[in-house]
Amino acid sequence: MLQVVKAPAQRIRLGHVGWTLISLLALVAIWEVSALIAASRYLPGPWTVIQVMVREAQAGELWSNIAATLIRVAFSFVVAMFIGSAIGVALGRNPGADRFFDAWLIFFLNLPALVIIVLCYIWFGLTEVAAVTAVAVNKIPNVAVTMREGTRSLSKDLEEMAQIYHLGWWKTLRHVTVPQLAPYFAAAARSGLALVWKIVLVVEAFGRSDGVGHQLNIAFQLFDVPMILAYALAFIIVVQLIEMLILHPLMSRANKWRR
Amino acid sequence: MAPLSHPLSVSVRKKLFPAVGMRSEILVLKDVSFTVEPGSFVVITGPSGCGKSTLLNIIAGLDKDYEGKIDFGDSGQRIAYVFQAPRLLPWRTVYENIALVLPPGDPRLANIPELLERVGLKDAATAYPEMISLGMQRRAALARAFILEPEFLLMDEPFVSLDDPTAQSLRELLVELWSRRPTTVLFVTHDRAEAVMLATRILRLSGGNASIVEDVPVPLSVADRLNRDKVQAEQRRIFGNG
Repeated sequence: MLQVVKAPAQRIRLGHVGWTLISLLALVAIWEVSALIAASRYLPGPWTVIQVMVREAQAGELWSNIAATLIRVAFSFVVAMFIGSAIGVALGRNPGADRFFDAWLIFFLNLPALVIIVLCYIWFGLTEVAAVTAVAVNKIPNVAVTMREGTRSLSKDLEEMAQIYHLGWWKTLRHVTVPQLAPYFAAAARSGLALVWKIVLVVEAFGRSDGVGHQLNIAFQLFDVPMILAYALAFIIVVQLIEMLILHPLMSRANKWRR
Repeated sequence: MAPLSHPLSVSVRKKLFPAVGMRSEILVLKDVSFTVEPGSFVVITGPSGCGKSTLLNIIAGLDKDYEGKIDFGDSGQRIAYVFQAPRLLPWRTVYENIALVLPPGDPRLANIPELLERVGLKDAATAYPEMISLGMQRRAALARAFILEPEFLLMDEPFVSLDDPTAQSLRELLVELWSRRPTTVLFVTHDRAEAVMLATRILRLSGGNASIVEDVPVPLSVADRLNRDKVQAEQRRIFGNG
């Protein structure tokens, strides 16, 4: 006799990737429906935007503009992290300097990005150096504040241990100090990257003749919404790829000792 | 074996904790003077908060704000310090934490596997400190101190907040390590049984602007120290039943 065994109803378990996919699909669906209802050339559907993206990519425009933006991001990010860390560590170690410069830091933290950008272009001309400087100056105070916090929280216990066991400055820096600052550096880097991306676009829109920001500015003048969305989408994909392929593996490697 | 020819002389005339806010300054240590013979195991005991750890930090050179003089003789001052907390680097493995205190290429690096085995951490060599128990972390901290083959070993209640069997096994380990390679040890604790078990000499500090109130030798052999009854009897002899 043939017996049919019915499999127990399987509960569908979705991993992180599954949920992300479903959530993104829902977003696209809402977008599509809204576009259908609006039926306006100022709210194109996803398919139109993807076509524009492919066309721009085939023409090579998309790549050259994204590359130009990426290079500016990389330069200003490195400059901001380097100078910001140096200032932050110095202030964290030196309470006297901290008391004096704290007000300066607050001043620069609250200086609008747009003011810095405009002033850099006026003072240094519409140059690449001015663009990168403007972005870096926007970011430096944030990095400095985070790294100052990290430096203040350095463990006195471990410092004494390093002193007793005569580790010397290099070993102390490499094995004791830097690993303690690493989470703060990572936090500054992540929030920093998010900020730098956005400011670079503004800087490009204002005074550069290539890059995603410049392209968006042109599209704005033509009210070309599909183009704006196509660049935005391409940009989001690139940023996410960098997060996933570079930042995330770096973070998990640095955190493998945690419970 | 390194020669153990340098007595350590400690003389702290005055140690103050500065005033903070409404609290006026506090006299922590007053006229604490003693000499430590090479190879002896001196336990400093006294009520908690009496300045034992402060005294140890002064001797270690971590606290320089005091009146007095610490003299290690002309020794190279090879000091190791086992702190109250293990103070291991959480981002380095047990092995790396121990190797870190030796210069690169040092011949003593070759002794690490054997030492790890002796302290029962052979299988934990590649573990990170946060992944092992507090007792094991303390063993690692002991190993880190002993790998240096120090002339002076300072220990500040290194076995507190452990359950009794674990603490006892660590004390036995310490007796064993110390008897194999005699080192001058200064050990701070408020636990009298621990003091008697480990010490060749006990210095008792009084509470409140501490000075030495008692200085007693503990003439136990290594075998006696590992025997709980003998340790208890000696404890009664020294401290009475109180």
